[in-house]
Amino acid sequence: MLNIFKKLWCFIRHVSGDDAYEQYLKHHAEFHQATVDAPPALSRKAFFKLWQDSKWKGINRCC
Amino acid sequence: MMMNQNIKTILWVAVAFLGAFAVAGIALNRGESINALWLITAAVCIYAIGYRFYAAWIAAKVLVIDETRATPAERLDNGRDFVPTNKWVVFGHHFAAIAGPGPLIGPTLAAQFGYLPGTLWILIGAVLGGAVQDMVTLFFSTRRNGRSLGQMARDEIGVVGGSAALIGTFLIMIILIAVLGLVVVNAMKHSPWATSTVAATIPIAMIVGVYMRNIRPGRVLEASIIGVVLLLLSVGLGGWVDHHETLRPLFDHDGLPLAYAIILYGFAAAVLPVWLLLAPRDYLSTFMKLGTILLLAIAIIILRPEIHMPAVTQFVDGTGPIFGGKLFPFVFITIACGAISGFHALIASGTTPKLLGNERDIRMIGYGGMLLESFVAIMAMIAATVLEPGVFFAINSPAGVVGKEAVDAVAKINSWGFAVTVEQMQQLASDMGETTLFSRTGGAPSLAVGMASIFGSAFGKELLALWYHFAIMFEAIFILTTLDAGTRVGRFMLQDLLGNFNKKLGETSYTPSVILTSSIVVVGWGYFLYIGVIDPNGGVNILWPLFGIANQMLAAIALCVATGILVKSGKLRYAWVTGLPLVWLVIITTTAAYEKIFSADVRVGFFAAANDMSSKLALGLLPPEKAAVAPQLIFNQHLDAYLTLFFVVVLWVVILDMLRLCLRYLSGKPVLKLSEVPHEPSRLVEHWVRD
Repeated sequence: MLNIFKKLWCFIRHVSGDDAYEQYLKHHAEFHQATVDAPPALSRKAFFKLWQDSKWKGINRCC
Repeated sequence: MMMNQNIKTILWVAVAFLGAFAVAGIALNRGESINALWLITAAVCIYAIGYRFYAAWIAAKVLVIDETRATPAERLDNGRDFVPTNKWVVFGHHFAAIAGPGPLIGPTLAAQFGYLPGTLWILIGAVLGGAVQDMVTLFFSTRRNGRSLGQMARDEIGVVGGSAALIGTFLIMIILIAVLGLVVVNAMKHSPWATSTVAATIPIAMIVGVYMRNIRPGRVLEASIIGVVLLLLSVGLGGWVDHHETLRPLFDHDGLPLAYAIILYGFAAAVLPVWLLLAPRDYLSTFMKLGTILLLAIAIIILRPEIHMPAVTQFVDGTGPIFGGKLFPFVFITIACGAISGFHALIASGTTPKLLGNERDIRMIGYGGMLLESFVAIMAMIAATVLEPGVFFAINSPAGVVGKEAVDAVAKINSWGFAVTVEQMQQLASDMGETTLFSRTGGAPSLAVGMASIFGSAFGKELLALWYHFAIMFEAIFILTTLDAGTRVGRFMLQDLLGNFNKKLGETSYTPSVILTSSIVVVGWGYFLYIGVIDPNGGVNILWPLFGIANQMLAAIALCVATGILVKSGKLRYAWVTGLPLVWLVIITTTAAYEKIFSADVRVGFFAAANDMSSKLALGLLPPEKAAVAPQLIFNQHLDAYLTLFFVVVLWVVILDMLRLCLRYLSGKPVLKLSEVPHEPSRLVEHWVRD
């Protein structure tokens, strides 16, 4: 039962973008750690700024 | 296995029979009333069959979806805008993006024809048209690195098609925002409760924005929960303001000052950084939207309300009070969102293809997302038609048609054969915590009354006024989100265009350019909003059909692009999948445009209305308050006529261009090459197989 709630909570966090930073860190560790001159991961604040700004560049709301 | 297959077949045959039975039930019923559950049953069965068979067939045979092919999200993964995402998450984002206030307003207005025509169009239009458009556009954009509709039109058809899509998008945005603004103004007019609640949503969004950006960066859920609680409190607080002697007058206004306030607000929202207002409000509106739609569905299922509107009213002859024009083509223009909406093609070729992890999810997200939106439209239709028809027409008929005084309006509505009394309307207004509900054209108030009475019956009658203002706030919040987002997008498009002439003006962070382009966009929709407010016939009757024509034109352009690509890919025999809805859209938009321009009926034809008003003005037949605004209205009618003409010309240019391309291809002459990105095997699928 607890497991179901946990899964549901993870899903809600994922849908709403609440865990976007954690996902980004995972992506960063996976793809950018190999190279020597890889840029360090962004801070939570800096990442959120970039994420939010790029989200609102194009048409993303409709009638 | 064989057994299983048989059970499945029997199940689907049962669904088909149940659906056919429900449709026959609602179509042939001529009794007193019919239960709303019939509409829900018909809808669910039709959607299930469309999704299981038609969409699956399109995915397998027409588009030939390839699960092993890497999507742009995988190939171009940058952890930010291109990210392979869980399909339910993409579905959530896609649905939140496509479902705006449109599917709530259109069906409410179209209910003047009775519940049947609108319902059938919503169901058939979505399954054969709208959902197909969304799905194929999503597919083609996914195969082209998530390119936008305008870019695809340019790459596949030519410069003409590309420019047409771009101009069309811009103009739709202007008209859409104006008409949505008008709906909010009509809901807030002389309603301190509604006005104060809607006003409170602005600082609440800002609090949420600051919280998400600075106090607890990225904590989207925490911030949203705080915001939703504050919003609910603001609904209650509005009731307190309504009874407060000194605060009440501060929020009690005519339409015009409210329109100016919205125009100013729109400008501020376009210039302010997104994180402060737009982004946080979008979170709130998405949560409210999902919550309310779910609540409404539950309430309808618990309550099983009776529909009181006749299946078909006498207004199919074109004499309807809410908007003029016959059933054909105007029901198809009035209900765009919910049946087929061109705007969706912009979303399906925007963010969504950049998140898609695998092509096999295209059916669920593209086709399924549209079905859910269509279902929202069905619920709006139910909420509008559970009202007594007399009450429905009293709320929605503009003062210019039924008269300003309650007694006149009631007499007029009674003369149409719909029972309603002044006392009944007074009682209803006081139940809802309003002074009057007459002539609140636009759909939001009647939908709110419908929702309030459904919620009230399901969850307690004492709270009717709270439910009503909750519903108004709920609609206003995402109308304002569309207004902000639309103004901003219009600004970006304009800056993009100006950037071709002057590099500096094209920079999105260059302040003079931001102010200039935002002003142009705001003045554009502000003008139509202003005219709508001063128009004694309510303005919605002019603006909504114009929006419908524009939106269907954009859908036709999207279907043109899709049909062109199908033909060029050597799939001529499947071209009817997009070609058929395209032909239908061309027929309805062209007929509607023709009637709006040339009809001699003053309630339909723009020129007829302008000429009628000029001759009355010249003869001094107009009362002074009408005479004062007549010149502006006459100018506007002319402008609207030319705008409609422009839409239809653009549409035909794109169609002829597409046909020229198809003929060239079929006769073996060279055409623009398909811009599909070459196949690259998906590593995600390999991982999955190896695991």
